[in-house]
Amino acid sequence: MVEILYGIAAALLAATAIISMYRVIVGPTILDRVIASDVLLTTLILVVATEMVINAHTRTIPLMVILAATAIFGTVAVARFVTKTEGSPWRKDVP
Amino acid sequence: MIDDTVNDGAPRNETADDDLPTMSEDRAHATFLQQLPLLVALVLLWMMLWGSVSVLTILTGIVVALLVTRAFYLPPVELSRRFNPFWAIAFLTRFFGELFVASFQVAALAFAPKGRSRSAIVRVQLRTRADIIMTLTSITISLVPGSLVIEVDRRHAVLYVHVLGASSADDVEEARHHTLSIERLIIAAIGSKAEWELVR
Amino acid sequence: MFDLEPWDTILDISSAVLLVVGAALSLAAAVGLIRFPDALARLHAATKPQILGLILIVIALALSVRSWAALLLLLPVIVFQMLTSPISAHMVGRSGYRTGAYDPDGLVADELAPDIEEASRSSVVSSDDDEA
Repeated sequence: MVEILYGIAAALLAATAIISMYRVIVGPTILDRVIASDVLLTTLILVVATEMVINAHTRTIPLMVILAATAIFGTVAVARFVTKTEGSPWRKDVP
Repeated sequence: MIDDTVNDGAPRNETADDDLPTMSEDRAHATFLQQLPLLVALVLLWMMLWGSVSVLTILTGIVVALLVTRAFYLPPVELSRRFNPFWAIAFLTRFFGELFVASFQVAALAFAPKGRSRSAIVRVQLRTRADIIMTLTSITISLVPGSLVIEVDRRHAVLYVHVLGASSADDVEEARHHTLSIERLIIAAIGSKAEWELVR
Repeated sequence: MFDLEPWDTILDISSAVLLVVGAALSLAAAVGLIRFPDALARLHAATKPQILGLILIVIALALSVRSWAALLLLLPVIVFQMLTSPISAHMVGRSGYRTGAYDPDGLVADELAPDIEEASRSSVVSSDDDEA
């Protein structure tokens, strides 16, 4: 019973990772890629936690803490330096 | 209700050049009191990171907190020195309730079969000018799914909120009303007496 | 084990159920990432259901390990995420709006555009004016 639930959770997380990888690859704008990689990183935190529940240990909690604390830096750095050179699919006047 | 508005709104005089020890001592005391919540929070975080509550973690935590606040100086957060636990609990309850409900709403929207979801950008004129309340309101709005602060005009205390799933003018008004009601709850919890009079 | 056997089973099962719900919310974020039309809408899908998903999975972990030290270490995970994700969402949303990474036809109302226009007009007159 519990094992089945564990399997479902792991499958859902794997699907999340694959789908967000797809968004990272197709874009179209750099912001889409950043948002998707943020989802991927949060999913990684969830995977680390799920693995601890499944295998009943607590050794990788510090990994979760570090991931949660530093997840912001990449996103903010990219968002901060996205300039108007980035084209818009909707507005031709922006670049 | 704990009201203490001794220093509220008093202009900051340039008394540093005066050789009056009482004045500068008083000032240092005031800034220390203002920093105290931050220091306590940092020490608590330090203890959590070590995963233990002991004399050693408390002492090293105090040292690290002092070093960090000296090395990375931030403008002091001006608290109103008023705190109402009842409204604070009301705010937290509402926040987590909305987080829970709205998460599933956005999740449902993701799976919704219709073509495309429409959204709106709403201008919300806040009634407070206090940085801490603007910040807390923005964080709350951004954490509750379906709404997101995309631009802030700090001088005029205006938030621009992007709302997902808005489809009519009524939804826009509702989003505005929602943001203001969250601001009201936060003011009720930690706002100054004058602000509370303004919104009650 | 002592007489705690039934409790252990209950905690294990509720922990597993929370795991599934959290993972499902995470999947909803990914689906929103694919199905929403523009970057601003995807931002909503991405950051928000995942916060609750993270909270649920952290609760699941706490239920499963049942130790106070682990709980103390897990609280900062939630605190960090709750403090930082609005900031990154705001930064991405702000530059998303500025670079036009959204579909203007999908907007019911845009009350920001006139204000930016006005601010940029007045900043030509008084150069020390902040960017709105």
